[in-house]
Amino acid sequence: MAAILVYAELNQGKVATTSLELMTKARELGDVYAVALGAGAKAAAARLGKHGAKAVHVNENPVFDDYIAEPATDALAVLYEKERPDLILFAFTSDSREVAGRLAARLGSGLISNASDVVAKGGGFVARVPYFGGAKVATMKANGKPAIVLVRPKSFEVSEKVGTAEIKQLELTLGEGSKRAHITERVVEASEKVKLEEARVVISGGRGMGGPQNFPLLEDLASALGGAVGASRAVVDAGWVPYSMQVGQTGKSVRPGVYIAVGISGAMQHTVGMKTSKVIIAINKDAEAPIMKMADLGVVGDALKIVPALTAAVKAKKNG
Amino acid sequence: MKIVVTVKQVPDPNSNLTLEADNSISREKEVVLDPGDECGVEEALQLKEAHGGEVVLVSMGPERAKDAIRKGLSMGADRGVLISDAELAGADALLTARALAAAIKAEEPDLVICATESYDGSTGMVPPMLAELLGFPQLTFAKKVEADGSSVKVHRQTADGYQVVEASTPALITVTAAIAEPRYASLKGIMAARSKEIKQLAVADLGVEKSQAAETIEGVTDAETRKAGEVIEDDGTAVDKIVQVLSEAKVL
Repeated sequence: MAAILVYAELNQGKVATTSLELMTKARELGDVYAVALGAGAKAAAARLGKHGAKAVHVNENPVFDDYIAEPATDALAVLYEKERPDLILFAFTSDSREVAGRLAARLGSGLISNASDVVAKGGGFVARVPYFGGAKVATMKANGKPAIVLVRPKSFEVSEKVGTAEIKQLELTLGEGSKRAHITERVVEASEKVKLEEARVVISGGRGMGGPQNFPLLEDLASALGGAVGASRAVVDAGWVPYSMQVGQTGKSVRPGVYIAVGISGAMQHTVGMKTSKVIIAINKDAEAPIMKMADLGVVGDALKIVPALTAAVKAKKNG
Repeated sequence: MKIVVTVKQVPDPNSNLTLEADNSISREKEVVLDPGDECGVEEALQLKEAHGGEVVLVSMGPERAKDAIRKGLSMGADRGVLISDAELAGADALLTARALAAAIKAEEPDLVICATESYDGSTGMVPPMLAELLGFPQLTFAKKVEADGSSVKVHRQTADGYQVVEASTPALITVTAAIAEPRYASLKGIMAARSKEIKQLAVADLGVEKSQAAETIEGVTDAETRKAGEVIEDDGTAVDKIVQVLSEAKVL
């Protein structure tokens, strides 16, 4: 059996959902081990056991929470020497990818990034990677030893099974040399009412919204529907709305029941992050916009008129 | 303060991409300086204006990637370095990082600025690899940077706000597009850029060995596409239609 190591990302001591998604896949590929670093690692190990990890290597040193990438890279390099996994899986998230990049450079193995699937083939692994802006899928054979693959969030479903992981203390000495990029303060700017990744309805705005002053129209619709507001990279780059709202290859992947794209043309960068939504509704003044070719319902018209009218209709229906 | 900014020439994000026969993405289209890198160049110039020093642009690509460097020079960067070698065609992230690291090491910078990720690849793997190979700490997703001669402090964008991250220099930082609005090159800047140095380096100058790529593309197929549904012109009834779809999807 191939040995698969999953890097379990912890956020405030809790296992990130994307790491649990990786566990689902890892179980298909071989014997699964995980590594959890920082505060809450032991509790995380129990959770990872329920998701199929035979053993979880833990170290609760707060250094892992307080310094970017380098302590975790050291820990993984030590673990790699000890366990020699065939495949290391990371979630393609901003925190995990920094560790993966450093590790791949240190081990000289390289990596495959942004994968949507991993399968065992011919004694090794191949990854499927959205390619050419997402219009195509490339099948890529992993040449690295170990194979390191970063998988996009929402690529697999989280599924729990019966199981208990053996908890193994990962012993290592962390030198001052890796305590460098120090997180000295954490600032919360916006508490999201409904989390974008978890919302049943996501309403996203793009350049067609005309400007940041019109985004409250989307907020109104979102609150009427109990949903969350997202945005395209174009408007985030333009500074209309914060990065936390970005949906796409860069940014968040979402899979809501209904995705409403307002004034978004549908560049691949965006659609790769939302195309698995169950129902897609597009509102755009351009009937030829690419988003219209993938929407279940495309409405050609003026978003600034349609959205407030829709909010009013939703409210009326809920109250009636 | 000596600042290296990594820059990349990418297909114009506003043009349509095409594939070559060997499944590589065509670079024959109109190419531009990566818009993310323009923000990095701008931030470097602002740091130089505040603290003095030098801004060096380092790129890897074919001969014509000089145009991308030239664009940054016309914004005000001091000089450029282009790694260009047929051996490096099709380099993966690690080989790219190795080549860039070798060229950057020779510059002995205080700060290396990279965009969070490129517009064409969008995987953001080169910066952490580069930081590792240079032996630098990485301060990432910066939307604000403060630096002096010996330390750097950034506001690192997170899902719900930001973190303050501090390190001693030398260090590598990645910047988001929120960092700074890139300036337009002035006519004077464009003229001045023509005479600025762009040093060209090949594999032999860098002591980098061509390594096996981390991946081999075995095949490329069309992605599953969603079927186009109904497209309607809004004649005043569109809202009713949307409400109907929302009801059917049981979100209303």
